[in-house]
Formats: sequence, structure tokens, C-alpha cells
Amino acid sequence: MEDHRKGAAALDEARLRQQAIGVKLRQMFDEVVNEPVPDEFLDILRRAEAPAGER
Amino acid sequence: MSETQVGRSPFDPARDGAFKKELVTLIPHLRAFARTLTGDPTAADDLAQDAMMKAWDARASFQLGTNMKAWTFMILRNQFYSEKRRSWRQSQLDQEAAERTLVAVDDPEAPVALDELRLSLAMLPPEQREALILVGAGGFAYEEAAEICGCAVGTVKSRVSRARRALQAILETGAYDRDGAAAGDAMYAILADAERLSTLR
Repeated sequence: MEDHRKGAAALDEARLRQQAIGVKLRQMFDEVVNEPVPDEFLDILRRAEAPAGER
Repeated sequence: MSETQVGRSPFDPARDGAFKKELVTLIPHLRAFARTLTGDPTAADDLAQDAMMKAWDARASFQLGTNMKAWTFMILRNQFYSEKRRSWRQSQLDQEAAERTLVAVDDPEAPVALDELRLSLAMLPPEQREALILVGAGGFAYEEAAEICGCAVGTVKSRVSRARRALQAILETGAYDRDGAAAGDAMYAILADAERLSTLR
């Protein structure tokens, strides 16, 4: 009985820890997503879009 | 211009405009994905720019209305691995990039745990890392991640599961502390363990 309860508690803890990792993982990714995009990106795209003669 | 495209007018401003508009909204996501692959902000932006231009150049082959995010991520990933193959020094560069990232994150306000997570992620085998990032952070379904990585859905599932276990083990044991051989040995043991556990499951 005691062992069973310990096992369940360990499982809960493992699940909580996985959730915490998941949250941090998204946080890490979203941190970059939310950064302002460097102008360079749009500049490059704008140059590529211009007709060949105007580059 | 001697090139001719079959079945499509070579110049379609309306279509190009729609394509560009959507591509621009994806730039932040491409940057984030590139950052997790390279571990280095400068290299990541170079990679994201290359991928963005590859996508632009290939716009005629993209079917508007389908999943452009998955399509551009696939381009970025292919670009990353083809560059990696060309560079025999890459494993060393990865290591240096990880160190630079650690040093670069010098914001005292930043939660320490994020650095630990970054370092731990860097220790995962690349195929596990990318699977976990795509599904766990990028918001992709297993099926989409499988398409991006060019592998079976089951493979993605098992990679994500292994990555989760390994990541947890690395964080718990503090094996992300890079102190040379000791960390390497610890890492080897953890990966072997995670491997064993995932086959037991």
C-alpha cells in the first residue's frame, strides 16, 4: 500500500516536471519569436522582389 | 531571360504579394527554429535569411493555402543539414556556439533555468532535439513534424519521448555542467538509460 502510494507520487512528480520542461521549452522558443525582426530580413526580401533590372 | 515556366505566368504580382505577406509573418518563427538548431544567434539569422530566400525563389512551387509554416521549416532544416555536411568542423563549432550562447546570456534578470534548458538541449542528439522543438515548442502536430523531418510519424513520436526523458535526466543530474570528460560520460550514461527506458515502455 505504502509502496503503491509512493509510486503514484513519483509518477505525479515526473509528470509535473515534464510539464515544467514543456513550459520552459515554449518560453525559450517564444522569446525569440517575440524579438523584433532585424531590418535586414525585410531589406533582402524587398531587393529580391524588385525586377531584375532595378537590383 | 531565356527561362520559361510551364503552366504559370513567370510574373504574377498578386500571387507574389500574397506569398510575401505570409512569408513575412513566418520570419519570427524561422528565426526561433534556426536558433534552436544552431544555438548561435548570428549563425541562426544567416540560416533563417537563407531559408527565407530559398522559399521566395521556390514560391512558384508552393501551393497557396497549404501549410507554409511547415514548408518553410522544412526548407530551413534541409539548408541547415546541407551546410552542416559541408563543414567538417561542425561538431566543434556547435560546442563553441553553445559556450557563446551561455556567455551571451548575461542578463541577470533572465531565469537561470532557461540557460540550463538551453545547455541541456544542446546535449541531445540533433534528431531528438529538433523533434522535441517542433512538437513541444513550435506547435506542430506529430504528422507535420514528420513531414518536416522526412521521417515516419512513429519515429517522431519516439524521438520526442526519448528527448523528454533525456532532458529531464540531464536537468536533474546537472549534467549540463560542461566540465569536459565527466559531463560527456554522464551524458552517455543518461542517453543509454533513456534509450533503455523508452524500449521498455
